[in-house]
Amino acid sequence: MFRTLTTVRRNLIRFTLDGQFHQAPAGISVAAALLTAVRFSRRSVVSGRGRGPYCMMGTCFDCLVCIDGEPNQQACMVTLREGMNIETQTGIRDLDTGTTADMD
Amino acid sequence: MKARYSLVVVGAGPAGMAAARCAAAHGVDVALLDEQERPGGQIYRSVDDSPLSDPSLLGSDYLYGRQHVAEFRNADIDYFPGTTVWNLDRNRDVSVLVDGKSRGLGADRIVIATGAQERPMPVPGWQLPGVMTAGAGQILLKSAAIVPPDDVVLAGSGPLLLLMASQYLKAGVGIQAILDTTPRSNRPGAVRHLIGALESASYLAKGMGLIASIRQSRVPVYKEVTALNAHGDEVLEAVRFNSRGRDHELPTGTLMLHIGVIPQVHLAMAADCEVRWDEAQLCWRPGLDQWLCSTVPGIGIAGDGAGIVGARASQLQGRLAGLQCVYELGALTRDQRDLKAVAIRKTLDKHLAIRPFLDSMYRPSPEFLTPVDDTMVCRCEEVSAGEIREIARLGCQGPNQAKAFSRCGMGPCQGRQCGSTVAALIAEVQGRKISDVGYYRVRPPVKPITLGQMGNS
Ligand SMILES: Cc1cc2nc3c(=O)[nH]c(=O)nc-3n(C[C@H](O)[C@@H](O)[C@H](O)COP(=O)(O)OP(=O)(O)OC[C@H]3O[C@@H](n4cnc5c(N)ncnc54)[C@H](O)[C@@H]3O)c2cc1C
Ligand code: FES
Repeated sequence: MFRTLTTVRRNLIRFTLDGQFHQAPAGISVAAALLTAVRFSRRSVVSGRGRGPYCMMGTCFDCLVCIDGEPNQQACMVTLREGMNIETQTGIRDLDTGTTADMD
Repeated sequence: MKARYSLVVVGAGPAGMAAARCAAAHGVDVALLDEQERPGGQIYRSVDDSPLSDPSLLGSDYLYGRQHVAEFRNADIDYFPGTTVWNLDRNRDVSVLVDGKSRGLGADRIVIATGAQERPMPVPGWQLPGVMTAGAGQILLKSAAIVPPDDVVLAGSGPLLLLMASQYLKAGVGIQAILDTTPRSNRPGAVRHLIGALESASYLAKGMGLIASIRQSRVPVYKEVTALNAHGDEVLEAVRFNSRGRDHELPTGTLMLHIGVIPQVHLAMAADCEVRWDEAQLCWRPGLDQWLCSTVPGIGIAGDGAGIVGARASQLQGRLAGLQCVYELGALTRDQRDLKAVAIRKTLDKHLAIRPFLDSMYRPSPEFLTPVDDTMVCRCEEVSAGEIREIARLGCQGPNQAKAFSRCGMGPCQGRQCGSTVAALIAEVQGRKISDVGYYRVRPPVKPITLGQMGNS
């Protein structure tokens, strides 16, 4: 798991990830926060295999998550906010509607 | 945000900030749009709001950005952060997404300064969680002070990989190993450009400094690495490779890949600007004249988005593109423009002198341009190199047709991670040139936008 350098100059804020409370420094991206908490944050809509943030600059789309109820958000391009509710997209997306069906 | 500006600049990196400042200094009414929340682009990311207690560990080139960003913030520019440009057309109509809402604005002149992305480095297993780009690792360090576990392995080639390794070492990250994939066969070609590179001696000195700092750290460096692949069941567990004829396996949960950067040309292509294949940099880049004007009237392109030149040269190109807009808008005469450009061009030439050396020294190994069959080329739709070779044998003529054959390139990344590889594979199988095989046709939106957001406009 990624870690925050102990000397970081930011306040901690709280968010939930799949219903669990977590803390991370203010001002970082949602994808950065995810990397400190989980090994992968979505499943491929094609094979169902795990994926995680790859480029961190908006070019690969492997960081898609559901933020405050809105699916398919690029986690690396969204700044983490206090109280955000983030859900990993570990279901298989229905290609036609963009909605998520649970895998298990 | 007004409905119309004399100049709209896209991208707040060194090129875009310089273009906007130059125009504003000549009284031009200018807007600068950038999807990030802070100015600085890739190199100066978070420079005026670093989460690090000691940002100097990122090096003096990074700290140089502080002044640039401060001067930019003080200039008379309508700066819109958090603003994603999802389309630009040849009539200079700009479509943006701000706070989940789409809106449009017009401009008499446009400067595209959207910079570079990392060159895709497809190897078997690169889609596994735990594998990411070195640039991603650097973004995490610069903007979040977040670092990988101490078993991280860095692999690839090029100055940015060396820079990133030295930044990690200064930040106290325990790098397990560096796998250098630079082919030995690049050297003779590079040496030929060494005399020319002496014009930019400071770059050579910096490069030597980085190599020395890595050597001092005693991090194992494996040279002439080939047959690189990532292994794991659900997530990355090990990296396997060959170095100078011997096979190795390193257990690790994090692998960071990098083989240089390539221009982001999607916005330019959406606006119909012509792009050409550059054989020296192995990438598509827009066709430009000496004032950085594209083939579409009123649209200029500056910085790494126009061809890889580095941050300082990007800044100088931004000033040239800015001057050209000021001239076209009538606030400078042709003679005034030419006079102001003389000193800029002289410095620019110095910064560009290193490029032929870097391009040939760090030319990516063919292994990553036309990867082995079991490599996933299209990460979105999970299409392998073997499948692309197969459809090429069946007569698929180019990347656009490959979409119909295989869904390759039809996912959300719109070909950003597979376009260059698909073209190279088709060229390899059919014995054609990449310039002839071509690239994906780019259609708006160039950034994801939902129907609902579009309807908001
Ligand atoms: C991940 C990464 C890390 C790098 N790190 C370094 C480094 O440490 N040192 C170094 O010397 N070079 C680095 N580079 C190379 C880099 O390209 C620099 O040479 C320099 O930042 C280029 O300046 P630029 O102004 O052309 O573009 P950039 O600095 O890349 O700026 C482009 C800007 O455009 C914005 N943008 C792009 N598309 C859109 C859009 N559609 N809508 C709105 N905004 C958009 C981006 O958010 C970005 O801020 C890095 C490159 C990458 C890809
Ligand atoms: S990590 Fe690549 S788009 Fe977010």
